[in-house]
Amino acid sequence: MDEMIEERADQTLILTGNEAAAWAARRAKVHVVTAFPITPQTTVMETIAQFVDAGKMNSQFIRMESEHSVMAGMVGASMTGARTFTATSGQGLLYMAELVHWAAGARLPVVTTIASRGIAPPWNIWVDYSDVLSMRDTGWMIQFASTHQEIFDSVIINYKVAENPEVMLPAFVAYGGFTQSHTSKPVALPAQGRIDEFLPPPPRKGWPHLHLDPDRPIVHGNIMMPHQEYMEFRFKIHETMERAKSVIQEAIREFKVDFGRDYQGLIEPYFTEDAEYLLITIGALAEQAKDAVDNLRKRGVRAGLVKLRYYRPFPTEDLAALLEAVNLKAVAVADRSIAYGSPTGGHISSDFYSVLRQTRQEITYLPVVWGLGGRDVTVEEQVGLFEDLREFHEGGRVGGRNKLICGTLWVGLR
Amino acid sequence: MNEKKPKANQKSGLPADSGWRELPHVPVSLAVMGSIGKTGEWRIFRPEISGEKCNRCGICYLYCPEGTLVFKSGTGPEINLTYCKGCGICAAECPRKAISMKPETAGRNNG
Repeated sequence: MDEMIEERADQTLILTGNEAAAWAARRAKVHVVTAFPITPQTTVMETIAQFVDAGKMNSQFIRMESEHSVMAGMVGASMTGARTFTATSGQGLLYMAELVHWAAGARLPVVTTIASRGIAPPWNIWVDYSDVLSMRDTGWMIQFASTHQEIFDSVIINYKVAENPEVMLPAFVAYGGFTQSHTSKPVALPAQGRIDEFLPPPPRKGWPHLHLDPDRPIVHGNIMMPHQEYMEFRFKIHETMERAKSVIQEAIREFKVDFGRDYQGLIEPYFTEDAEYLLITIGALAEQAKDAVDNLRKRGVRAGLVKLRYYRPFPTEDLAALLEAVNLKAVAVADRSIAYGSPTGGHISSDFYSVLRQTRQEITYLPVVWGLGGRDVTVEEQVGLFEDLREFHEGGRVGGRNKLICGTLWVGLR
Repeated sequence: MNEKKPKANQKSGLPADSGWRELPHVPVSLAVMGSIGKTGEWRIFRPEISGEKCNRCGICYLYCPEGTLVFKSGTGPEINLTYCKGCGICAAECPRKAISMKPETAGRNNG
């Protein structure tokens, strides 16, 4: 009876962010899950273990001895054509790093959720995207989910994108440790039958480019000499990232048609059409910044927001088009991560600089770092950032609210 | 796909007029003899089997990482020197010390 309900009826359950990720793996009918506990991800794996134990999920649940082995297991399983899922955080992701590169280099459509947290030392388990952003150059697609619903939906959408034969790249879905992973919200879970239609099972004969089959032995991962095609295979991953943009947009469009929720694209603009002052940021703080924009709009300030959803591939064209279409005075890009020694101190703000240069628009630009290691960023501070942005645009300096150091605004830095 | 034209990955690459567009997502080799070249060219020490000591137990066959030890019905073991890298594992594992490693000379024959 339960099965029939699940197959045919949509449900809305109160779920933590981690439970939403686990439910997404269940609805995606993943074949193999490899697991190792790490805060704040652990309850994703615990929830899946309960699903498998109760017979609700027909998956191989393999407990590994480390995160390095977790991703090795994902790679091995995916090479047989299995749909694979795992989750990790912070240090665990870093321990995985070698195999993270391997999954992308072998073009395996692994999907992994990251409950992002600060990196030790000193120990920190609260939201900070420095963990997933340290995987910037691995060849994985990186998406931020800013609501509980978006966590569930993004896992489903990213399987569809990753498994597209034109793409065949793994994907991270990242969300904030504790602020999202351990808080509870209603999450709409479409009926299993509807998800199956949107996301059919992988091809029975395995992925077209790489399939381990004992009856047809192959060798993969041989050495490639400098005069051979190593450089071309690297270029192809970069080129695929570019092409993945349209595949992502198509998957989002299809998701909207099937389930009614519109994630718009690689970016989600909010009150941008007539904006003079624009904030670009990620994750739950981007969702919260809508309140700051509403607040400012009530006071007549033409504030706007771009929620950056995908970091890899980077939405270069979308942002450039927006910069050219909107008569902006100033833009702030706020990172909840630190890129030591980079031109701006943040990850996304450095990438955005390059887009801004490409457009040749004369727009005041203010890189921002905030909320590291789970430090709270309030709506009031976000409103204050827009004030800083205006002051910086008009006078090249900011008031006493925050520190402007070497061209970057450090919100809340003591 | 690559599997249909395995030659593309086995030598120094693609025809001159091809580029990255023609490549598959990943390089894959079929399990054919010598898919990464004639590894016998790496050899500095050559294994030699003493026919008197060898009782054809097959331990060397099991341990050889390159599958270069060949047993045929009634004969063997023989070593395929085209691919034997001279690692010496067979000599180390042979329980009767029937395999000895001899330095290659300048005029060696890789078979």
